[in-house]
Amino acid sequence: MADEEIEWFDEEGNRVDGRKADELRETEMEVGVLEEADGSAMVEIGNTRVIASVFGPQDLHPKHLQESDRAVIKMRYNMAPFSVDDRMSPGPNRRAQEIELVAKNALKPALELERFPTAGIDISMEVVESDGGTRVTGITAASLALADAGIPMKGMVSACAAGVVDDTPVLDVNGKEDKKGNADIPIATINRTDDDTESTQDDRVTLLQMDGDLTTEQVDECVELAKKGCEKLYRQQRRTILQKYNVSEGDQE
Amino acid sequence: MKLNQRDIKQKAVEGVRHDGRNLEEYRDIEIETDYINETSNGSAMVSIGDTKVLVGISIDVEEPYPDRPESGTIVTNAELAPMADRDFESGPPREPGVELARVVDRGIRESEAIDLEELCIEPGEKVYTVFIDVHVLNNDGNLIDCSSLAAMAALKSGHLPEYDEEKGSLNRDQKWKDIELTTEPVTATVCKINGEMVFDTTREEQEAQEARLTVSIDQDGQVVAMQKGGTNSFTSDEISQAMNKVKDKTQEFRSLIDKSVE
Repeated sequence: MADEEIEWFDEEGNRVDGRKADELRETEMEVGVLEEADGSAMVEIGNTRVIASVFGPQDLHPKHLQESDRAVIKMRYNMAPFSVDDRMSPGPNRRAQEIELVAKNALKPALELERFPTAGIDISMEVVESDGGTRVTGITAASLALADAGIPMKGMVSACAAGVVDDTPVLDVNGKEDKKGNADIPIATINRTDDDTESTQDDRVTLLQMDGDLTTEQVDECVELAKKGCEKLYRQQRRTILQKYNVSEGDQE
Repeated sequence: MKLNQRDIKQKAVEGVRHDGRNLEEYRDIEIETDYINETSNGSAMVSIGDTKVLVGISIDVEEPYPDRPESGTIVTNAELAPMADRDFESGPPREPGVELARVVDRGIRESEAIDLEELCIEPGEKVYTVFIDVHVLNNDGNLIDCSSLAAMAALKSGHLPEYDEEKGSLNRDQKWKDIELTTEPVTATVCKINGEMVFDTTREEQEAQEARLTVSIDQDGQVVAMQKGGTNSFTSDEISQAMNKVKDKTQEFRSLIDKSVE
């Protein structure tokens, strides 16, 4: 299998699923999809689909987990058994634990946790279908769910991966490109729109992971590409939230 | 707005409920089959009111049990995801999750809805295993009926992938044939609130209910599984009343499933 030659690009430079190198898969977002949670969102990117929920800020027990000067985040990342081709046994695993950690770190800088001393905020990401990019899709969904829950934020966190296949950097790697390509770099950025500036992104990358085999230049290219993807996702996140609350976006788009 | 349990109990005697339903009325039921595009072998998202359950079917090939070399297997598992309810926690399934999975499983297993011998690929060597994974996404009561409905809809829309002898693995890219169902068992659950028989209780009503009785009935009207829950009791009269009422309800559910797979 490892030696199988894959035509990563056709003559017109289109990828295995017909996209251009710098193109995201078709993306759908929705907020307020669950009733019990304080905030919730569903994000679908291609065939990857994640539902995220937020409970809180709320009492945190046991007490020794509390922090006297800020709220504590509890993060859950879970893949449904039917979210992958070969059924996944339920229950935690090391991969999920690591993703919980890096996702928490990706979101934290955007949250005003000091406003809720001793409280807890529970964030949960359920992957219901997976085709590459579940952690970044989860972070994008969790950020929407946090906004939907009304948690004060300094910006929206948007996350996206870029990778390299056949020595060419590509945006938003799908499952096949992820498994058989040269590299995969998921990143998250904090985005906001100020009334008087055009820019939506500050220069903070809050998630960065990489596995593969790349030159430093290629890594730079991927990070730039992924940041552009994040910016696109941010615009859609913003639209989704505005629509939910029936706010017109004016002439921005 | 927290409803008063005493209020709920009082109203039950008067035959009315806080959301305007009569005692035997279900909330709106929606069934969406093929919710998962690629990775599952059948799926259904079902909501009853605000209760939301996603069931995905996965097919695998395993060795049969030594005492039943020509029978495939069914495995039912339920996950009460923490997003569904403030009181659900991460971790291995506890009593409510285990009971939910077992009640859903029992109706399907005992009615022989899936002919296990049809799942045999090579006697004693290879059989299909059908995994029914129940994923509760939002809990507003009546998880058992919602899950059993979702499981049946997912199976009915599901398919088996072909086993490739040469490769020794499943050919997952193509639908090979439908999962054959000999009958369609679904459950309806009767709850007792202040002595009254009430169907489809919400999360708040559940806190006021004394007991519940789940009955699984197949399409010939045969009772195939039952489960009593809660700390109070049912009289034998109430049990036979419950079964007759459930029979009509489950008939309605089956026509909803039929519509969803058309």
